[in-house]
Amino acid sequence: MEQTVLEVKNLTVSFHTEKGVILPVNGVTLTVPAGKIVGVVGESGCGKSMTARAIMGLVKYPGKVTGGKIFLCGKEITQLPEKERRRLRGSEISMIFQEPMTSLNPVVKVGKQVDEAVRLHTPCTRAEAKQKTLNMFREVEIPEPEARYNCYPHQLSGGLRQRVMIAMAMICRPRLLIADEPTTALDVTVEAQILKLLEKLRDAGTSVLLISHNLGVIARTCDEVSVMYAGRIVEHGETAALFEKPLHPYTRGLLRSVASLRAGGETLQTIPGVVPNLLHLPKGCSFSLRCEKCGADCEEKVPELRQIAPGHFARCFLAEKEGKE
Amino acid sequence: MNEYLLEARNLSRVFPAAGKKTVQAVSGVSLGIREGETLGLVGESGCGKSTLGRLMIRLLRPTAGDVLFRGKNITDMGEKEFYPFRREMQLVFQDPYASLDPRMTVRDLIAEPIETWRLCENRQAVTGRVRELLHAVGVPEEFLYRYPHQFSGGQRQRIGIARAIAAEPSFIVCDEPVSALDVSVQNQILNLLKELKTSRKLTYLFISHDLSVVRYLSDRVCVMFLGKVCEIGSTEEVYNHPRHPYTRFLLDAVPLPDPSLKGKEIRLLRGDPPSPANPPSGCRFRTRCPYAQERCAAEEPALRETDGVQTACHFTEELKGL
Repeated sequence: MEQTVLEVKNLTVSFHTEKGVILPVNGVTLTVPAGKIVGVVGESGCGKSMTARAIMGLVKYPGKVTGGKIFLCGKEITQLPEKERRRLRGSEISMIFQEPMTSLNPVVKVGKQVDEAVRLHTPCTRAEAKQKTLNMFREVEIPEPEARYNCYPHQLSGGLRQRVMIAMAMICRPRLLIADEPTTALDVTVEAQILKLLEKLRDAGTSVLLISHNLGVIARTCDEVSVMYAGRIVEHGETAALFEKPLHPYTRGLLRSVASLRAGGETLQTIPGVVPNLLHLPKGCSFSLRCEKCGADCEEKVPELRQIAPGHFARCFLAEKEGKE
Repeated sequence: MNEYLLEARNLSRVFPAAGKKTVQAVSGVSLGIREGETLGLVGESGCGKSTLGRLMIRLLRPTAGDVLFRGKNITDMGEKEFYPFRREMQLVFQDPYASLDPRMTVRDLIAEPIETWRLCENRQAVTGRVRELLHAVGVPEEFLYRYPHQFSGGQRQRIGIARAIAAEPSFIVCDEPVSALDVSVQNQILNLLKELKTSRKLTYLFISHDLSVVRYLSDRVCVMFLGKVCEIGSTEEVYNHPRHPYTRFLLDAVPLPDPSLKGKEIRLLRGDPPSPANPPSGCRFRTRCPYAQERCAAEEPALRETDGVQTACHFTEELKGL
């Protein structure tokens, strides 16, 4: 029996700026099944972090969620008043960020900070909270948990700080953990440890939405992947299928760039041009300006996200043709 | 005779830290870079790779040791004597947002080194040179009078590169030149660096934490751990047959964009990198090394050469089959 933990339908976030309205998240639809790690991959500015913030209910002024619905375990949370939204954060959904140093309070001992999260959501005494924190520290493999409990964030390494953040996020056993570039600030050897920990948490029953720009990180950990470009999801599928048979030219370009770098050779494959400014998006497909196979249709109309193969979706007019190649 | 364009001999640099402590950022590094070669420098954050890069071009002075450029010791030279050498060595920075003065136009930014070294006769000639340089790095000429904030990250990095080659150097330190850029743009910049190297006969010291970027560009690679060299040799050899345990774990840890490897058990390193303020005795890697033995704590391994690769490990031979 498959259960859905998170369902996002047609989510739109808009920013009213002096120069006009931009849509960093433009009709995003996403599903996170129970017990899976779903990845969102894309380059800076493609809207992946903003999607995460919108799900958490943390979009800041002048940004606003202007459309779409978010369901958590079948219950709609989009219209909930802030007070109830707040109750969900930390207990049902939690989030970890790229730079743990800026997310932790520098003047409070890390153990106390995790205690606070426990006491906010469950009625318990200080001693019980401390016990829970220490157990969680053990679960996220923090060495010498008793000693670390009394440390301040600056006394810990980047890897340990991220583990503290994960402990804090996991302490109430949320259904969903959103990890926004959790390993980008870390060294590769530590990154590998943290990714392994995320897999362990998934196996223990928490679904994960993993946001990253690193295709290697996505390939190593995710069960399904969505590729975002200029505020839209351009391709979605199971990790193996998507990496093996990418249907969207943008995904193909990204994979080719990374692969040619690994293979060496004289000249590296690139995607020509740059990501378009969200204020001046092309009329048709937002990738049309950089796409080598762009046709007349592509310049005029925005393609829909269509199912091309079972469970494999792409937002491209030419996806069927390309899929066969 | 000296075969190296630039050579470091026993280079060390100590920084003062809080509470009368010191940090050994680089300790006892010796290496050479041949003319026309690219030496890649990899390692995790805090291993001293940027400090080493800056020591090599005398942006930092070493606490001990010497740097030789074309066989001449530039470490203790007076400023006047060093002046002509400065033009020969340039630097490309990591962050193209922070390294360009926001109040200067592109023309002035790139003209600055040309004027400093009086490479052109008059203003017009300078502007002409700037146009040539813009063309060389692939920035459209009509952007001559724009300001840095009007460019994307990739274009800014191109301008940074134009600035570095404007003085017609022979040696460039590239300090993480693509780590602030997106994948699709990163390759454009790497292609440019490779092309410029051939067309302008440059020698690079290429610093990066990204192992695949280093592999693409480098002829030889130097792997650093906590201020020390642990392995140095040809790129092919080091990547295909890593000898030092740290190099092996580093290569293993890189996540590959291939989901078929997903189930594969990867060997993980224990713990975090030790603090450079308080390095372990003996081999600095031993606290994380699964093969460490008593000898590793007592005795610091020296760099030894086997099949053209230098490795600093007591047990290179014993670990070969693992």
